[in-house]
Amino acid sequence: MLKINNLHASVEDKGILKGINLEVKPGEVHAIMGPNGSGKSTLASVIAGKEEYEVTEGNILLEGEDIEELGAEERAHKGVFLSFQYPVEIPGVSVTNFMKTAINETRKAKGLEDMPAKDMLKMIREKSELLEIDRKFLSRSLNEGFSGGEKKRNEIFQMAMLEPKLAILDETDSGLDIDALRIVSNGVNKLKSKDNAVIVITHYQRLLDYIVPDFVHVLLDGKIVKSGGAELAHELEAKGYDWIKEEVSAEH
Amino acid sequence: MSLKEKLVTSFMAFEDTIDVHSPIHDIRTEAIKTFENEGFPSKKEEAWKYTSLNSILKHDYSVFPKHENALEFKDVKKYFIHEIDSYKIIFIDGKYSSHLSQTTHDGIDICLMSSALNKPKYRLIIENYFNKITTKDGLSSLNTAFSAEGAYIHIPKNKLVDKPIQIIHFSTGNEAALMLQPRNLVVVDENSHVQIIERHQSLTNNPVLTNSVTEIFANKRAIVDYYKIQNDKENASLIDSTFINQKDGSLAKVHTFSFGGKLIRNNLNFYQNGERMDSVMKGITIIGKKQHVDHNTLVHHIEPNCESHQDYKGIFDDSSTGVFNGKVVVNKEAQKTNAFQSNNNILISDKASINTKPQLEIYADDVKCSHGCTIGQLDDSAMFYLRSRGIPEKEARALLMFAFSNNVLDSVKIPEIKNRITKIIANKLGVNIGFDL
Repeated sequence: MLKINNLHASVEDKGILKGINLEVKPGEVHAIMGPNGSGKSTLASVIAGKEEYEVTEGNILLEGEDIEELGAEERAHKGVFLSFQYPVEIPGVSVTNFMKTAINETRKAKGLEDMPAKDMLKMIREKSELLEIDRKFLSRSLNEGFSGGEKKRNEIFQMAMLEPKLAILDETDSGLDIDALRIVSNGVNKLKSKDNAVIVITHYQRLLDYIVPDFVHVLLDGKIVKSGGAELAHELEAKGYDWIKEEVSAEH
Repeated sequence: MSLKEKLVTSFMAFEDTIDVHSPIHDIRTEAIKTFENEGFPSKKEEAWKYTSLNSILKHDYSVFPKHENALEFKDVKKYFIHEIDSYKIIFIDGKYSSHLSQTTHDGIDICLMSSALNKPKYRLIIENYFNKITTKDGLSSLNTAFSAEGAYIHIPKNKLVDKPIQIIHFSTGNEAALMLQPRNLVVVDENSHVQIIERHQSLTNNPVLTNSVTEIFANKRAIVDYYKIQNDKENASLIDSTFINQKDGSLAKVHTFSFGGKLIRNNLNFYQNGERMDSVMKGITIIGKKQHVDHNTLVHHIEPNCESHQDYKGIFDDSSTGVFNGKVVVNKEAQKTNAFQSNNNILISDKASINTKPQLEIYADDVKCSHGCTIGQLDDSAMFYLRSRGIPEKEARALLMFAFSNNVLDSVKIPEIKNRITKIIANKLGVNIGFDL
């Protein structure tokens, strides 16, 4: 589904990603862990198509197609979804209208008619129940005055509505209390299928107790320096990142 | 001959068409003298520093259109808020169109200025209200000098007008260039309530210059809800001067939606002659190309315990220019005044500009007055957020711009107007998305 080859990316001429290789197949859950500043969020933004980042080398293939030239919306139309670490507040646009516009624009891009209002309402009802979101919440301005937990729940609600092939969850666990964490992970798990894939970016192993990864990758200074199974996350939780740093420098 | 000379000499010809023995005529004669002295405003005047009329005064305007022109409703239906039942006072090239209008004298008077100025039964109202609050500047005086036609609305006390009133001035383009000077008078007596929608619409690209004056009197506890929809063709310009006198307990609201036209100058003046009243001014301006929109507002707080609320949003693309000059005067006696003013702008292009100037003159010491103006651009992180959800760049921009301005629509009490404005905005921004929120 996703194949990243030797990806280098920089922002304002500062290199952040320095040769990422990653392959994600349908049905898989990958976790990307690493200390602050290692490039995790950059990787997520580059995959989603944020224009401030420049890909200087390597490529990103989505189902075999190089997506470098595609705008963020075209990537979304092809099934890429990014759950933002810091969802943006947009006063004046309600959650419902935002979702309607997003879904219908995606349908338009695929040559489909607008989703009938009845179906839209039904879908909104089902997905908001899945995330235990109050209906009143949906008529509020997008993310405006939402608590950290509400913002993250709203991100996963959007994911549920858009049904992406590849979902990237960028520190979705930060700012969540234990109940919200359970609701959010439960939502993600219910949306998982053999046809889609999830990349979970996190500092902590905590989220991975709920969303169990097939693979765990450690990102250090713009490179994936170690990969393993779910047990690697536990090891990192117990020992921190220093031992990997030592391992890496020993290799050089 | 300059336009000024042409107008001054035309006044004699105009006198042949009206009753020179009516008391109104003295007012007109006085006014043409004022215009002769003052002329059109220039950029040397502080109030016109950022708006030059030069480009629109150069045309050889026909001042009195020769022909009576007709229009079929189906051809101009789209300019009406046709989804609702309404009274209609419609003019074509400055002449009343009985065919398109629906007036009434059934307990309320919704009719023509020409009748009101000439018929004895309206004399008292005309004597008490006509030209009482219009300023004596050149442009308003010019309008007063040629005042003959427009809308006349008198709502006696304790009446809730059952449906909105639409005033539309069409220009057909049958004249190569046309100048119009509509004069409206609205008198709303105690406890009465009226909703008015005003529009100036050119049907071709021939130059049109409208110099409109509207006097509104909101008497005790009256509610006046006024909507100005300005979405005219690219060679149509409008100078719209509105004067509102309020009495105790009244509420006057004016929404101004400016999307089209070459040059628009809105002079909006509120005089609060009483206590416990509220004046509301709201506006959305979305323009591009070389369009120019100037909002010049004044609220004069004369007595205690009153409020005013101003909220103007502007979005400027291409080489368009905007002006907001909001003056608030609080007299020494006007204690406990609450006056709020806000003007927020987004510049889409590097060549667009906005001059915004709050002007507060406060002589009372126990008041709450606030003002704020912002000039910004669309937020990149918000754009990325919307696009990452599949909303294309153009639609994402439109959505953000609509979101930026739409709180102004919250106070629009007629849903069909809200819908219409929303559609005009979508059209203006070149997108086909429902902003229904």
